[in-house]
Amino acid sequence: MTANARLYPLFATIAIFIAAYAICWMQFPYMLSTRVVGNLLTDNAYLGIVAVGMTVVILSGGIDLSVGSVIAFSGVFISVVLRDTSLHPLVVFALLLSVTTAFGAFMGLIIHWLAMPAFIVTLAGMFLARGAAYMLTIDSVPIDHAFYEFIKDSYYLMPGKGRLTVIAVVMLLSVAFGALIAHRTRFGASVFALGGGVQTARLMGVNVGQTTVLVYAFSGFMAGLSGIVFSIYTGSGYPLATVGTELTAIAAVVIGGTILTGGAGYVVGTLFGVLTMGLIQTYIVFDGTLSSWWTKIVIGLLLLLFIVLQKGLLKLTGTQRDAALA
Amino acid sequence: MPMLLTIRSLSKSFPGARALDQVDLDLRAGEVHALLGENGAGKSTLIKCLTGAYRRDSGEIRLDGAAISPGSTSEAQELGIGTVYQEVNLLPNLTVAQNLTFGREPRRFGLVNGRAQREEARRMLSGYGLDIDVGRDLGTYSVAIQQIVAIARAVELSGKVLILDEPTASLDAEETRMLFGVVRSLRDKGLGIIFVSHFLDQVFELTDRLTVLRNGQKIVTEETARLDRVKLIEHMLGRELAEVEDAERRRTDPEAKNRSELIRFENLGRSGLVQPFDLAVHRGEVIGLAGLLGSGRTETAELMFGVRAADSGKARDENGDVACGNPREAIGSGFGFAPEDRKTDGIVADLSVRENIILALQARRGWANPIPRAEQDRLADAYIQKLDIRTSGADKAVGDLSGGNQQKVVLARWLAMNPRFLILDEPTRGIDVGAHAEILRLIHQITGEGMSILVISSELDELIAVSDRIIVVRDRKHVAELTGDDVTTGAIVRAIAADDGAHK
Repeated sequence: MTANARLYPLFATIAIFIAAYAICWMQFPYMLSTRVVGNLLTDNAYLGIVAVGMTVVILSGGIDLSVGSVIAFSGVFISVVLRDTSLHPLVVFALLLSVTTAFGAFMGLIIHWLAMPAFIVTLAGMFLARGAAYMLTIDSVPIDHAFYEFIKDSYYLMPGKGRLTVIAVVMLLSVAFGALIAHRTRFGASVFALGGGVQTARLMGVNVGQTTVLVYAFSGFMAGLSGIVFSIYTGSGYPLATVGTELTAIAAVVIGGTILTGGAGYVVGTLFGVLTMGLIQTYIVFDGTLSSWWTKIVIGLLLLLFIVLQKGLLKLTGTQRDAALA
Repeated sequence: MPMLLTIRSLSKSFPGARALDQVDLDLRAGEVHALLGENGAGKSTLIKCLTGAYRRDSGEIRLDGAAISPGSTSEAQELGIGTVYQEVNLLPNLTVAQNLTFGREPRRFGLVNGRAQREEARRMLSGYGLDIDVGRDLGTYSVAIQQIVAIARAVELSGKVLILDEPTASLDAEETRMLFGVVRSLRDKGLGIIFVSHFLDQVFELTDRLTVLRNGQKIVTEETARLDRVKLIEHMLGRELAEVEDAERRRTDPEAKNRSELIRFENLGRSGLVQPFDLAVHRGEVIGLAGLLGSGRTETAELMFGVRAADSGKARDENGDVACGNPREAIGSGFGFAPEDRKTDGIVADLSVRENIILALQARRGWANPIPRAEQDRLADAYIQKLDIRTSGADKAVGDLSGGNQQKVVLARWLAMNPRFLILDEPTRGIDVGAHAEILRLIHQITGEGMSILVISSELDELIAVSDRIIVVRDRKHVAELTGDDVTTGAIVRAIAADDGAHK
């Protein structure tokens, strides 16, 4: 008996990542050092975290366009509160996460109650969050706090002098947490059910409203967490930061093998999607002669490839079923 | 014997229609009970009242002697009534095990225990004769297997009454046999099973008793073995053979046989849909297509108009081949098709009467060549008058018109195209008696102008009243052709009911 067809996109993602890494390594043997790996994880930590939230949203058949703005809002919120008050960063983090989670839950509520497309509701959320960030400040606010210095200075030195930073670990834990939620809980099963068909899900006993609210609350939480990590990574808060990150996250999810219409995919695939995109960037830095827009071109090509792959796969499973019928 | 489920005087009305009128039904434990009736007879409404999808207006439902009133599908399920629909209501993107245990997944430390889940699923499937990998996506299995998985889930969740709503509609013979095996073993375990199907062979093969509904009323409940096909079809269509011989009949034009041939369909067919048939259409002729629901009558029309691609045959006229491989080509060849479900396939409810009438004409001209407004108004007014469409004006939204007038708008759209061959699928469905007669009068009028028409209808009286010739469809085959004095309700019912052996 062959492997389950739903695993093919995940295999494809991992295979592409390994092949890409091999090509990089052949050209620049240093690419296979723990330093590069450490940087790859650190540089893409915020993207990886927000993409986990996006994966769950897309699995449920929705979309969340607000996350890029929420990340920017989070950075601004943290930096302004730290500047103007004497609260400990951990308290500020807790405050922020409750705000972004509630924001996500609110969007989920509107999507369910008003039966509005997630696209429009979260588009409104995108403008709201970006506007809220501007309301707090229009400048880039540096974060100057001992706790931030402490986090930046704590890392695990891997053999070969690569640094496994705190934010990289947070990202990996987020992926593990997201995978657990999506694939091993009843909530996760409900998310997949929604992505498979709302009507059928309801007939099978899914609480559609509750699940929708939780899905967007989860995405809001992850966007807030991503904002925290981004503020640690950049050491500042800036309302114009991470414009378009929601689209990069969607790209990472699709390259990670999740089907954009929902109901099929793996959270761990998203991690590989993020890493593949990061790898392209790293390659361009190593090469030195290539302009950075090559990143976008390669990502665009990869996206196209995956869309074609998914279409082909759907056809394939379709014909399998037809064959079984005949 | 005590009844498992008793329904007494169940009524349900919708605005403008009484869907169920004082219906009684008794279901024993350990029997398969067929629920039969043509479209609109009230089968689905009855089932939806049982499963909690609709609230009944009045009447009583008792399960094991206790009055019940399910308000939702899940409530019905908890009471013990499970349903499996024609389209499998499970999730193809989840594994078989996930589907079977959905909502009751075995857990350990709050996480779903995959191993226990698969074991549970295998336990649920044991006894169904299925040896499948429960870890694979449900969607990778055939519809028959999905159907059985759905039954297994419904039985596990409810366990008293199982409603099977057209479960075999998309199964082949072998798969149907497999499904029947499962149904019989469940019956022997003491479940009460309601079986809805329009395949009469299957009803005779599988069921112990049957109930026929017509126009929202219970017509008869009988032991299946004590009925024959003719009697059953009479119940379903509401005609007694004896009383119909003198039904009003279109006066056959003696010239009919001499009229020249307009289009000839040769060997047109598609496997699994309609067996290849030949049909010659003469000028100014009305051909009636009779048959039970699901017999292939609508599919015949869809093949002719290219809605579904034929895999054999072609159409030709005196000038050679006629293209009708898709609706666009068919329209180009002078065909028209007013489909069965006016609301979803016919009218555009939000557009005005005028816009609906010129829709197809404009489509043929292409968007770059708009029909001048004055011409639009002239056409709309002409057809509103000619067909007597009751509307306050040409710019009223079609959705606000009554069913009969909507149907006339659809008719007007095709007449504006001036087709030579028009197909009308159930043109009088859901419209009141007055409008009924008017539509029939229009059909006569149109053919008087030289157009040829194919009418599909479940109403035999109606077919007999308008048709020059009647083709009978059964089991996706054209089985008989009736002309002249042979066109009687009795002859049609006999042709529909005939077994393969008796009528070749």
